[in-house]
Amino acid sequence: MYAIQVEGLSKNYHSAKSGKYAGLGKPSASPDQVDGVTFDVHQGEIFGIIGPDGAGKTTLFRILTTLLVPDSGTAKVDGYDVVTELKDIRQRVGYMPGKFSLYQDMTVEENLNFFATVFNTTVEENYELVKDIYQQIEPFKTRRAGKLSGGMKQKLALSCALIHKPSVLFLDEPTTGVDPVSRKEFWGMLRKLKEQGITILVSTPYMDEAFLCDRIALIQDGIFLQIDSPQGIIDQFAQTLWAVRSNNMSKLLRDLRAHPAVDTCFAFGDVHHVTLSNDSYTIAELHDYLAQLGHSTIEVHVIKAGIEDCYMQLARRVDPHSNNH
Amino acid sequence: MLKFLLEKEFKQILRDSFLPRMIFVFPVVMMLLLPNAANMEVKDINVCIVDNDHSPSSERLIQKIGASPYFHITSTAPSYRQGMENIENETADVIVEIPVFFDKSLEKESAAKVFIASNAVNGTKGGLGSSYLSAVVADFSSEIRAERIQVVDHHSSPAITTATTYAFNQSLNFKRFMVPAIMVQLLTILCGFLPALNIVSEKEKGTIEQLNVTPIKKSTFILAKLIPFWTIGFIVLSICFLLGRYIYGIYPEGSLLTLYFFAGIFLLAISGMGLLISNSSSTLQQAMFVMFFFLVILILMSGLFTPVSSMPQWAQYITIFNPLKYFIEVMRMVYLKGSTIKDLTTQLYALLSFMIVLNGWAVMSYRKNS
Repeated sequence: MYAIQVEGLSKNYHSAKSGKYAGLGKPSASPDQVDGVTFDVHQGEIFGIIGPDGAGKTTLFRILTTLLVPDSGTAKVDGYDVVTELKDIRQRVGYMPGKFSLYQDMTVEENLNFFATVFNTTVEENYELVKDIYQQIEPFKTRRAGKLSGGMKQKLALSCALIHKPSVLFLDEPTTGVDPVSRKEFWGMLRKLKEQGITILVSTPYMDEAFLCDRIALIQDGIFLQIDSPQGIIDQFAQTLWAVRSNNMSKLLRDLRAHPAVDTCFAFGDVHHVTLSNDSYTIAELHDYLAQLGHSTIEVHVIKAGIEDCYMQLARRVDPHSNNH
Repeated sequence: MLKFLLEKEFKQILRDSFLPRMIFVFPVVMMLLLPNAANMEVKDINVCIVDNDHSPSSERLIQKIGASPYFHITSTAPSYRQGMENIENETADVIVEIPVFFDKSLEKESAAKVFIASNAVNGTKGGLGSSYLSAVVADFSSEIRAERIQVVDHHSSPAITTATTYAFNQSLNFKRFMVPAIMVQLLTILCGFLPALNIVSEKEKGTIEQLNVTPIKKSTFILAKLIPFWTIGFIVLSICFLLGRYIYGIYPEGSLLTLYFFAGIFLLAISGMGLLISNSSSTLQQAMFVMFFFLVILILMSGLFTPVSSMPQWAQYITIFNPLKYFIEVMRMVYLKGSTIKDLTTQLYALLSFMIVLNGWAVMSYRKNS
């Protein structure tokens, strides 16, 4: 049984002026045709949608939560169609938009009570489900929601999205703008919810959060690059990957990109990640080449690919022009 | 469901530190200020006299002008040119020039001329000022004539005098005319625009998004937005009735129930208009701008300040589509003439059609998804 079934879904905001597409899906080779996204989410799974801003994550969430009508394709949530059976969907999903959207002028307690009543239930009835999360903000229950800190707002929003015991939970960038400790804590809460059988669809621009999902979809410019478990995606990364460092990092990036044996080179924090187009090329050879160009304290070593490396590689395969920015 | 939503709305309105006070300060200030300030009566016209005759007759005319409640003789000038200077530095609004031999021509030819020049920068004041003056002069001339006829012959030339009474507002009290109309303006802002702004602000804050994924029906949501402001509208209207009664001594000749009945229909119609605006705007700024646009047009073309019948024909056609016009008519007719629902069927049908069309349109254009 799938909690979410999506087939060929698209919603475009086409700008005739610039000829650019935005939203979900992309025009295919044949005219008047749009390639949409297709995927399934199993019941009780944490499914991550991972991609940069503007990739179409929020558009997808808004379609699945019945706030937007798709241009083409079908989507079912909990077995109900998002266009024709939206009333049933609204009864059984929880949605936490990217922007904090509870009533800031009502207190923590009032917000929770309010959202319980609009779903024809009470806080007491489903208290078990939100207990772990709500207990952390309960000391501040008479405080107005607008006066809460970022992390507390997020916990309240999650509590409100859960109070009617939804079978599917949609979390649109829940950790954006949240500190690392709260982020970790938040993912811990999601795992507990998963144990209770709730399906969670979560989007994030942070590649490091991919490993906390059961399966992920990498999204770019409205289309899915790959859908797999995080490990599965990494296992498909076939090329050797080197981390390179020297005393002059910006010159290093230019020099590496200019080298004929280098396929791609991206800056990753304090090192550059390099893939090769020629597998027989060795670390020693690169070392010499860089030393010749005047680099010192050169360090080159083989590393394992992360999700971000996979994303870069996949993104480049789809759109070769997006490389070397 | 509606109960919980209403509870939330009232809670939010009352919790707002600004809105509840404003809702009560606003009508009081408007009721105290506008009927006194927005007064179209022209009084206190400053007159400059240029008397070239200095005769008993000219003296008598000047006294007559000075005795009128509308005029203040603020200056006298030796010549018309100097009188003009007074107009230019705004110490005078009207010049009355009495020519030389005024007295003599009256005696000999039984006719004389008086020259009146008025400052028409403020058209109303200039126009009314000179016509009031003409009336005073005409009055003066009939007095003179009456005296002479008495002397010469008691039986010739029957004179026609006009006696004027003002129906429904005998003292021509301008406030009786303004106060009911100002109440309409208040209701328009409170019940048409406030709920609309409230909805748009939910859109802007994103909270509407959270509600849209809940099973709340859109009609329930909209009703929950409107009912609090209707309640406020009726309270404010009652405050206005009381203020009108105790401050201005103005009370409806007709029944208060008629007024409440029409107010109810008007509230529904005007809230429909507000909803339409809120549906089509996504930010408060947009909504505010559209509202100002309509508010100015609706108020100026409603007959609140200038009578609809004196507008050009094309403008009168436009006012057919102005719900304010009908409600202002209702208010004035009930207040001044004591009209009943039976006398106000045109207005009733007009307001009912506005109510149905505007709300129907608003409900159809509101979407929980896009």
